[in-house]
Amino acid sequence: MPHPLHLAVALDTPQCSGRAAHDTVHDAAHVVALARLAERGGLTFVTLGDGFGRPGLDAPAVLARAAPATEHIGLIPTVTTTHTEPFHVSTTVATLDWVSRGRAGWAVEVSTTEADAALFGRRPAAPPAEVWAEAGEVADVAARLWDSWEDDAEIRDRATGRFIDRDKLHHVDFTGRTFSVRGPSIVPRPPQGRPVIAVDATDEPAREVAAAHADLALVRVEDPATAWTVREELRDRAATHGRDPGHLLVFASLPVELDDAADGAGLADLIADWRAAGAADGFHLRPADPGRDLALVVEATAPVLRARGLLRRPGHPGGTLREHLGLPRPASRYALARETA
Amino acid sequence: MTPTTPTTRTPRKQIRLAAHFPGVNNTTVWAVPGSGSQIDFASFEHLARTAERGLFDFFFLAEGLRVREHKGRIHDLDVVGRPESLTVLAALAAVTEHLGLAATVNTTFNEPYELARRLASLDHLSGGRAAWNVVTTSDAFTGENFRRGGYLDRAARYTRAAEFVSVARELWDSWPDGEAPRPVDHRGEHFTVRGEFTVPRSPQGHPVIIQAGDSFEGREFAAATADVVFTRHSGLDAGRAFYADVKRRLAAYGRQPDHLAIMPGVTFVLGDTAAEAQEHAAEIRRQQVSPQNALLAAEQIWGVDLSGYDPDGPLPDFDPDPGSELAQGRVRIADPKAVADKWRALSRAKGLSLRETVIETTGRQSFIGTPADVAAQLDAFVQTDAADGFILVPHVTPGGLDPFVDRVVPLLQERGVFRTEYTGTTLRAHLGLPPQPVRAAGKGPTA
Repeated sequence: MPHPLHLAVALDTPQCSGRAAHDTVHDAAHVVALARLAERGGLTFVTLGDGFGRPGLDAPAVLARAAPATEHIGLIPTVTTTHTEPFHVSTTVATLDWVSRGRAGWAVEVSTTEADAALFGRRPAAPPAEVWAEAGEVADVAARLWDSWEDDAEIRDRATGRFIDRDKLHHVDFTGRTFSVRGPSIVPRPPQGRPVIAVDATDEPAREVAAAHADLALVRVEDPATAWTVREELRDRAATHGRDPGHLLVFASLPVELDDAADGAGLADLIADWRAAGAADGFHLRPADPGRDLALVVEATAPVLRARGLLRRPGHPGGTLREHLGLPRPASRYALARETA
Repeated sequence: MTPTTPTTRTPRKQIRLAAHFPGVNNTTVWAVPGSGSQIDFASFEHLARTAERGLFDFFFLAEGLRVREHKGRIHDLDVVGRPESLTVLAALAAVTEHLGLAATVNTTFNEPYELARRLASLDHLSGGRAAWNVVTTSDAFTGENFRRGGYLDRAARYTRAAEFVSVARELWDSWPDGEAPRPVDHRGEHFTVRGEFTVPRSPQGHPVIIQAGDSFEGREFAAATADVVFTRHSGLDAGRAFYADVKRRLAAYGRQPDHLAIMPGVTFVLGDTAAEAQEHAAEIRRQQVSPQNALLAAEQIWGVDLSGYDPDGPLPDFDPDPGSELAQGRVRIADPKAVADKWRALSRAKGLSLRETVIETTGRQSFIGTPADVAAQLDAFVQTDAADGFILVPHVTPGGLDPFVDRVVPLLQERGVFRTEYTGTTLRAHLGLPPQPVRAAGKGPTA
């Protein structure tokens, strides 16, 4: 595993945590404070879940609020694809990348419940296979829309009076099973080219979408051997989609509940062991109580990993989330097509 | 002692001010020194901080859902591209404390549950500063980027908008402070929304609602449901007529005249002398109407390719094609023949070339003069009930508002018509709007 070990954390307040938690899920300042704490601890990114039936504020908005309050940490909100417009999903994530100066990701999720469907009244609930197939298409068209402006499309050429070079903006003309999008995007190409796409790949059919479209697969597993197996499988499947398996990072997603510094050090041992077994490129921690557990991860777990040379120092300068993850910045597919034409 | 006639004056009407981020049309001048990025967050931050330094009521973002096309190709002469508004405003909430944050969001290509949740989220995370400029479209061209395509006729888009706002208000009212959320069960012509809203009541109760547009349907919609009208700027008399007409409509909805602020979108040019300001204004118009933009403006009227024409030569001598599909993503010109006749008459009378004619007919900047002149003109509009305030549209990103804040705002304050500090925390408080009451369950608003 060539890259450094990455630590990431979910900032979600578990829904069973009682009245106090009930208040914090609607408190953006609480999430912003946690993101800052995670940044101070040298974590690579934070995730914030979302869904229409889930109590809490709109996740991309909360992480956009966190963007100017942080400098280095990646910001990955969940955005569901089942009842939303693919065009809006694409522009929202692209804009999060602009306001965070290249630190945005998108955790793709679907909605399968009748309760969610009733909030929209547009289409009935559908089985996972169907909505995940659509989610794959949304991820596909979002990436095409991000590519639809070449990086150097804005020219401001005074001699010809042209603000853009129109040959560097492209219709995407995507037709999927349930929607079509003409393009181009309204948002110029984001700083990362394409913000990082994450998928919880624990189960099918999400795993297939991860293999085809994700930069980052999160896998909820209980032992390093299973993690290793899933990672190998995902990398193989990415290759069958014509992708470089090195461009799909697999993170083990682990629930954590820490009572004291000794627990935090124990977590460091566990992570080091999993890492030694080649189980994962990084670790996505899901605290039972983010306020308490994240502080211990930062104060007790991260320093131990750093002392063993497994984790970078916090506060590394600037850089995009892709750069932190060691993922290349993709060229626009349309620029490549134009250059080879 | 002889009693004297008290000399106390009636308090003067207070001016509302908002700042519009320069948009994707040729009002925005991009080929001048000082013109910065239209997309970097730093530009949005600069303009929002300037507006807050000037104690403005709110910062306003327009919406884009499809890049404009002309002659079947992407239009390349003006600023193109912008970020998604609600996400930018959520980020701006981190770098401002008092400024209202207004997003333009279409009701045609959104769903009420999702948008009500996004707006309530912005209101929560900004501490009560969110506003929504409600707009509609029936444009099949824009629809090509969305699941449904262009599916609404012109009349239906307003009934959809009214029902959309009504459902959003029902959702915002469904989780009162300190209570459990009440399920919403809305079954209407355009929407069926059943279930619980997952966001508790936000600091403003309802985000401030802005309505843009001057049509009959727009005025009635505003009177029924809006807190602010974003209208086209016109002269004093036309402004007063519009103002009186919209305010008159409020009574039918049980609303007071000061519950709806009328704010025309205006531009301004300042100079140390009146002559300098006029000269600067003329230079901006020449920048706005480049030779290429002059031909394009003429093509929008004539509806045919005029690329063979010399911008410094005469206007076409034939009549426009009324059925042309040349320009896409723009407001359609109602009577192109009448415009062409007017242009040709002007060109003949003054001996103007095609480009000079376009420059001459291009909307002049709304307020031109010394800071004192401009402050006096703005004040006159407000004190004579042609407006309650203004949405200022600077010509240059991101520094175009700074001269206004530095030079005009202090003069408005001296006149006693503009605040010298923020006294409230929410946008509703800045605008002097009453607190938003919670409506009883199942009772929709009068939209």
